[in-house]
Amino acid sequence: MNPTRIFSGKIRRIITCIGAAILIASITLYLALPVAALFLRTTPDLFFSTLSTPQVINALFLSLTTSVVSLAIVILVGTPFAYVHCRNEYPGKVIVDTLIDLPLVLPPAVAGLALLVLWGRVGLLGQYLSLFGISIAFTTLAVIMAQIFVASPFYLRQAKSLFEQLDPAYEQTARTLGASPLRTFALITLPLTANGLISGAVMTFGRALGEFGATIMFAGNLPGVTQTMPLAVYVGLEGNLSVGLTISILLVLISFAIMIAVRLLARGGTFRV
Amino acid sequence: MFDAAIHKKLRDFSLDLTISAGPGEVVVLMGENGAGKSSALTIISGLITPDTGLIRLDGTVLFDSGTGMNVLAENRRIGYVFQNSAVFPHLSVQDNIAFGLRARHKNPVFIRERVRHWLKTMNIEDLAEVRAGNLSGGQKQRVALARALATEPALLMLDEPFTALDAENIRLVKDLTRAFVTEMAISCLVVTHRVSDCRDVGDRVCVICKGKKEWEGKPENLPACTCRNGDV
Repeated sequence: MNPTRIFSGKIRRIITCIGAAILIASITLYLALPVAALFLRTTPDLFFSTLSTPQVINALFLSLTTSVVSLAIVILVGTPFAYVHCRNEYPGKVIVDTLIDLPLVLPPAVAGLALLVLWGRVGLLGQYLSLFGISIAFTTLAVIMAQIFVASPFYLRQAKSLFEQLDPAYEQTARTLGASPLRTFALITLPLTANGLISGAVMTFGRALGEFGATIMFAGNLPGVTQTMPLAVYVGLEGNLSVGLTISILLVLISFAIMIAVRLLARGGTFRV
Repeated sequence: MFDAAIHKKLRDFSLDLTISAGPGEVVVLMGENGAGKSSALTIISGLITPDTGLIRLDGTVLFDSGTGMNVLAENRRIGYVFQNSAVFPHLSVQDNIAFGLRARHKNPVFIRERVRHWLKTMNIEDLAEVRAGNLSGGQKQRVALARALATEPALLMLDEPFTALDAENIRLVKDLTRAFVTEMAISCLVVTHRVSDCRDVGDRVCVICKGKKEWEGKPENLPACTCRNGDV
């Protein structure tokens, strides 16, 4: 064999490897460096001392409680909705499908403004609620509504796709064995789609926790009432940066936990049929 | 005794069938893929409503378009084993067999006894605790058969029960089917597209082509080509 050809083949392989390494390193660094910078900008002492300030605790508590409530509502209403939507044909189904996906592409600030002009004090529906002394905008309820609007598609899309992919023979067999539709849903449909539903729920929780644009437009930025963690980060930029850094690090850690949970659930995944 | 006259407009053709099966009789519905065999079973089971027709089982009217009677699928006492056997993969073998009995709110002691009986009869006692998703094709088919028979149905329906099985398991499932239908004196409908299955398990054969019955008779008299299009 020609030694020159072997040599040129080796060089080509080395160049390919170096090119691939540069590509992987540049993408990884681009994503990882900003996150690393957050951790490097503070010290463990400063992080833990800031963690106990009322501003951080209030924002953390508010974010977690509103996200949990939003998630619970999305699961309780969204699961049966997605099931009924998948199993039935009805006029306007395509429009409903599009509406489910809309918040994913809609800028959150627009979503917040839309909620405000509907539910605000002089909004389309809000003006009638005002007559009964009910005000939604700039309350904790508005935070939850904004989170549901922006985050629910993550769960709804996942649930829809899972129910569509599930072999109808399972449910049909259960029915012929004497199970009611409700029993079939509880004992067959839900367990067979549980991993995917949980992973959708985790993503929804993560999106609700990080919600900023719609919240600040519709719920404002009132500490202890509507100031969630992302809003407190924004406020921290103008005042105490260490508060912003501490909350940001908390959000990064939670995001990591969410991604790990989703990956584990995806791996535990589907049952062999 | 089971008898049905059903009419249903399907996507490509109309299903117009008259089928009957006596106690202990295995009637084979034969035909090419897409002939309407599985649709007929789905309609009989109550999972799809026919446009018109009459379905009766042991003297009970399950569906009558004339009177508007339509018994729900869960109340029809029909054991239906689907093509891919559809064992519930997240449940153990014994929970699969117990599923129908629990759904019908049977006594727990009775359920335990019946499950034990069917595990033994199907020779799958050692698999009782195994998740059904981890079983082989033949084992799944035996579990599906046990699960359907455990509810003591008046009619057993098997949709392509012998596909995806090796020769040994085909023989076994055929023998089991034949034995239980005779022993329990129930009516049985088997959907298949293979002539050998008709001869092995069938007492009577109905050849279906595009939703219509093209030929009916004893398996040994099955002509080489019965469908007008020459499909079978």
